[in-house]
Amino acid sequence: MTSSGAIQIKEFLIEKVVKNYSGLFDKATASTLAQIKREKVSRPVIYIGMGTCGLIAGADKTFKAVEKYLHEKKIDGELVSVGCLGLCTAEPMMDVQLPGKTRISFQHATEEKVEDMLNAVFHHTLLHENAIGQYRMPLTEEWPGLTYIDQLPFFALQRRNILRNTGIISPLDINDYLARGGYRSLFKTVLNYTPEKVCEIVDQSGLRGRGGGGYPTGKKWSMALNAGSDQKYLICNADESDPGAFMERALLEGDPHRVVEGIAIAAYAIGASKAYIYIRSEYNHGLLVLQTALQQAREYGFLGENIFGSGVNISILIRQGAGAFICGEETALIASLEGKRGTPSEKPPYPAEKGLFGHPTIVNNVETIANIPSILENGPAWFKSIGTSGNTGTKIYSLTGKGKYSGVIEIALGTKLSDIVYSIAGGVKNGKKLKAVQLGGPSGVCIPPSQLETEIGFESLQEIGASLSFGGMIILDEDTCMVNLSKYFMEFLQKESCGKCIPCREGTKRMLEILEGVTRRPKEENSHETLERFKGMVQLENLAAVIRDTSLCGLGKNAPNPVLSSLKWFREEYEEHIFDRICRAGECHNLRTFYIDVDLCTGCNVCHKKCPENAIIGSVKMPHFIIEQKCTGCGICFDSCKFSAIFFK
Amino acid sequence: MQFDIDINNQIVTARKGETIKHVLDRIGIKVPTLCFMEGFSPTGSCRMCVVEVEGIAQLVPSCSYPVQEWMKVYTHSPRVIKARKTILELLLASHPNDCLYCDKNGQCELQYLAAELHVRERKYRVKSASVQIDKSCPGIERDPAKCILCGRCIRVCDDVIGVGAIDIIGRGSNSRIGTAFNKGLNVDTCVKCGQCIQVCPTGALTEKQSFEKVIEALNNKNCFPVIQFSPTLPASIAEAFNIKASKDILNILRTALKKTGFRQVFDTSMAADLTLMEEASGFIDRLNKHEPLPLFTSCCPSWVKFIENSKPEYLKNLSSIRSPQQIMGRLIKQYITSSAGQKPENVFVVSVMPCTAKKDEAVNDHINNSDTPFVDAVITTRELIQIFKLLGIDFSALEPEPKDPAFSTRSSAGKLFGVSGGHLEGLLRTIHFMMTGQEMDPLKINDLRGLKSRKEARVRIGKQILNVVAVSGLANVKTLLDEIETGGNDIHIVEVMACPFGCINGGGQQTGRDEKKLKTRMKAIYDVDEEEIIKVAHKNPIMTDLYEKFLAVPNSSRNKELLHISRIKGQVQ
Amino acid sequence: MDELVSRILSKYPPDKKEGLLPILQEIQAENGFLTEEILSGVSGHLNLPVNKIYGVAAFYNQFCFHPRGRYHFQLCHGTSCHLFGSSTLLGELEKHLKIKAGNVSRDGKFSLEVVACMGACSQAPVIRVNETWHTHITPEALCKIIRSFKDKKE
Repeated sequence: MTSSGAIQIKEFLIEKVVKNYSGLFDKATASTLAQIKREKVSRPVIYIGMGTCGLIAGADKTFKAVEKYLHEKKIDGELVSVGCLGLCTAEPMMDVQLPGKTRISFQHATEEKVEDMLNAVFHHTLLHENAIGQYRMPLTEEWPGLTYIDQLPFFALQRRNILRNTGIISPLDINDYLARGGYRSLFKTVLNYTPEKVCEIVDQSGLRGRGGGGYPTGKKWSMALNAGSDQKYLICNADESDPGAFMERALLEGDPHRVVEGIAIAAYAIGASKAYIYIRSEYNHGLLVLQTALQQAREYGFLGENIFGSGVNISILIRQGAGAFICGEETALIASLEGKRGTPSEKPPYPAEKGLFGHPTIVNNVETIANIPSILENGPAWFKSIGTSGNTGTKIYSLTGKGKYSGVIEIALGTKLSDIVYSIAGGVKNGKKLKAVQLGGPSGVCIPPSQLETEIGFESLQEIGASLSFGGMIILDEDTCMVNLSKYFMEFLQKESCGKCIPCREGTKRMLEILEGVTRRPKEENSHETLERFKGMVQLENLAAVIRDTSLCGLGKNAPNPVLSSLKWFREEYEEHIFDRICRAGECHNLRTFYIDVDLCTGCNVCHKKCPENAIIGSVKMPHFIIEQKCTGCGICFDSCKFSAIFFK
Repeated sequence: MQFDIDINNQIVTARKGETIKHVLDRIGIKVPTLCFMEGFSPTGSCRMCVVEVEGIAQLVPSCSYPVQEWMKVYTHSPRVIKARKTILELLLASHPNDCLYCDKNGQCELQYLAAELHVRERKYRVKSASVQIDKSCPGIERDPAKCILCGRCIRVCDDVIGVGAIDIIGRGSNSRIGTAFNKGLNVDTCVKCGQCIQVCPTGALTEKQSFEKVIEALNNKNCFPVIQFSPTLPASIAEAFNIKASKDILNILRTALKKTGFRQVFDTSMAADLTLMEEASGFIDRLNKHEPLPLFTSCCPSWVKFIENSKPEYLKNLSSIRSPQQIMGRLIKQYITSSAGQKPENVFVVSVMPCTAKKDEAVNDHINNSDTPFVDAVITTRELIQIFKLLGIDFSALEPEPKDPAFSTRSSAGKLFGVSGGHLEGLLRTIHFMMTGQEMDPLKINDLRGLKSRKEARVRIGKQILNVVAVSGLANVKTLLDEIETGGNDIHIVEVMACPFGCINGGGQQTGRDEKKLKTRMKAIYDVDEEEIIKVAHKNPIMTDLYEKFLAVPNSSRNKELLHISRIKGQVQ
Repeated sequence: MDELVSRILSKYPPDKKEGLLPILQEIQAENGFLTEEILSGVSGHLNLPVNKIYGVAAFYNQFCFHPRGRYHFQLCHGTSCHLFGSSTLLGELEKHLKIKAGNVSRDGKFSLEVVACMGACSQAPVIRVNETWHTHITPEALCKIIRSFKDKKE
């Protein structure tokens, strides 16, 4: 595209689309828009999902392979890298759109398979086995015999609002976002609404913060707006660090301008001229995408001084986190931005009164912010129509674990957990039984199948001990040991505890040690050890109560959740570990009991020599035996036996 | 605005903006705390002061939670007590089990709390982490195993002293308080003031003890142990042993020290007089020769260390005179004991100081770069109290003893060194006399007195007006240095004491911050100045004697070698 | 080294404490690790005691104070990876690389780090060696990967 062409498109988009609130276009405009949106293409377009998970799965190699293919076959095609559509199990993904035909998606488009797939498409004849669906495109002819993407079980029950562009548009091209109505809300807001009005609209929409206690966003903004200070700050919290959660990354990488626009509107609403995006250090790709987006937004005049001639100044700076889970907590995040150790501080005072550098500060997470443009575009009533009363809008989740499908999803609040597990995730894979759904990150809870009728919402989740503020949803099958999982979360939390307050610093460590005792075999197994484990369980519950009651911040307060919830629903597994010394899932290796099959043992003596506990006896060339009382279940003998004579129960 | 709140079912008046703890303190309800310090903003890290407030799901920390009109508070409900006890048990889990052998035994806040909360068993069995004790510096010892990470020391070091010598290193249960790259305090920006020891609730921070060394010297037949004591010691001893103010504490102290086994007892204030003589003439010299001003006093070793380490560009402003402790040591070794027929090598000079930096100073300053130090052992006030207790000195039965004939007269000006502003006051008295030949009138400079961190005075001396500033709390000196740097201030003399309000609050005093005690100690020193007949250094007959017999005229080159020191840039990171 | 530090420092205003993390991040990115010398350079620029800077740097996982191995193994320990056996992989890695997590082998060839969730949960368990990802790793596959690096001539 020539530079004058680029300027023309820019001016067209700003004048005809951004500044047109109605969204109604004349024929010529509609036609140009359709071209920019690639609803109509004049040459083949190939889209590669280049989000982080796509890249990990090898999307960059796919990209090169496609490039090579087009070059070798002398095909004049366009190659577009898009974000992640959310269906992670299908990565790497490739979409192909031929002139006059709909856009179709291929899964597992690895570099070796690209040629095959493209050959199939370009011959219009057969569809490749990896083709999973096609998009609805009224202006083009559809592919026969191929389902629509939105009819795939993974997508059918989703309500994609903030994710509507991810995986579809090019995140590196602001025009793609503008052509779909982007930045129109910002334009409308700064020219027509007072900050008070914006807070009011957001309040009316019923939007509640997606990153914390579910406080109404509009009310929170009003607090900062009304705080008397010349300087205020808006911080977009993109420090998504709970294990198993990456939906905000998908959003940032797939539709960065939605977030940028949301930040600009939020900053305007609270009277802040400066905003920060605090992005998790590991999100290198997201950082690049965001930097490009900010650069483009500045070039287009959507950020900077006197935007749209309104006299409003908004600048956005990116700061990278440095690898500390606790910095997701707003006061810790602020400390980190100030160049200090990221330890949380006591609330009150709340950041809205006294935050970054002592000034009123609003911290909103990426998901909350991403909702803002559509609320201002479509109005609060529209937003309220999604979800249930008191729980309006959608929620994005990272759906992972043992489900058949996994990835990033967006559902309307009020959706039942069972719908997510059985429809969207397609149930448990490999025909295994569902044991639980883990919800709410490391300090979340494990929900047993009996509770799956629970609806997704702030209060309904709270009732079963969970929280909406984390977006990790993990499907667990029967091979998962609940005690071991609790231990895993406890280990994570105690490692990530900042160490400031005593109950969290020392208490989580003690809880972890108790769980380690339960899943480990002592040097000598006796009734005293059983009693110690039993006492440990009593202490566990006592500690959990005190940690919950006295910790300084949310990390500590919620740290006992995984243990408490698994104790509540899966107590018998704990008891088996403590008294019977069995791990039914077989995950706690230390509890395995090893035996030697006398028929297979050749008496080679290797296991005897390797056993660190001297628990194996037997003379050379005679079958060996394991003394059960001495065995710690380390499994070294099992690994070292060349004759598969050692087995365990 | 005032309103009522309900505390333990009693209606109490509270003021808007104050914390729950403020109210509790006022009405006499004590909640335990391990991290709270009066005058510092609360960090809420220990969680011991939590209370139950109706309508709030969690317990709230009373140290930081503001009162609100609707509040119903329970300070000692079963839930609260269980929480406090559990928190304490968690702390004790990894705490070394050696209370009986701990320096803080009997004065440890953790120990008090364990007793108060009725802890009767070790609930959690944990191996205490093997961590190295930082013995690198001569003044202060750090035992991280005993540290409960309350953070008080860090806040004092950052906010009061302003050197930031320590910080929390690491995260979570691996957190330790330490220095960069685990290097130890000796190569650090630490100025060894010991203020951290003052606030440490446990035995994690202590002075590096010279106790054993002193006992050994006292018992050594070949040794001639003598002791010098700092201006603030009498008041501190009176406080520690509950001796009434009406008693002649100074001479009772002499008796006690003699009984302990010291052959001669000297008052360091006498050497302070000599410091004043040398410094006064040094200043006049500077003024006449238009050498760099302001003159910085050099009696506080922490302040000197700070300049050497962090602000070497001001070395030229620093008075070259040694500190009174070192001068006293030199005088004792060179002149006094020789007159008593003792060989210098047999004389063992102990000094008792309210200071940990003095230990550092003594170790690093030797006579003519030889192996012989000016002072052989420095003990803190706390250590002396231990020695008295060990040797069974019963203060209630002691009679005042007349002072030693030799070198025991001092002016009250030398005594004033114990409190911030006092050195300056004494110095101005002598400068006035040296410049005009007349005594200053009145001698007392009210602007330089009281518990203030910065005191300023304008003093007319003949035709000259001198601007002087006394700063205490080393962190406060930064503003002053900025002022000096920008040249906006025409200051002639600056006195700096690293510890807030001076040696009366030194790092070697009895631990714990208590403003009432500070006031008593300060008053004791001012009272001496009221009652003393000799109020100026130049009227001290010993000075005349010294200058006639041993020294040349003040500030001469001979004295330079004996009493002065050239200071160099410190080697720190 | 001096040149690198002063070049980076020149981009940040002196005495502005909030610049500390970005400065350390930039230095770490270019130099790979932080040293005493670097910290004292930063200390002078920001007018902050070295101890405070060290305290901040040691708080965050991102900063390290020794060079990494030439082959830096990162094992994801997110929940999905945990469910799919990352603990076993950790044992294998420690056994075959002969180093504990967080350490560097004596010859400086290998280093091992357990990292927070990398967000590749659908491809769990995953490891990364320098810039290359390996997904759906089994203990056998891991052994092969390690062997390929061990055999690599330098």
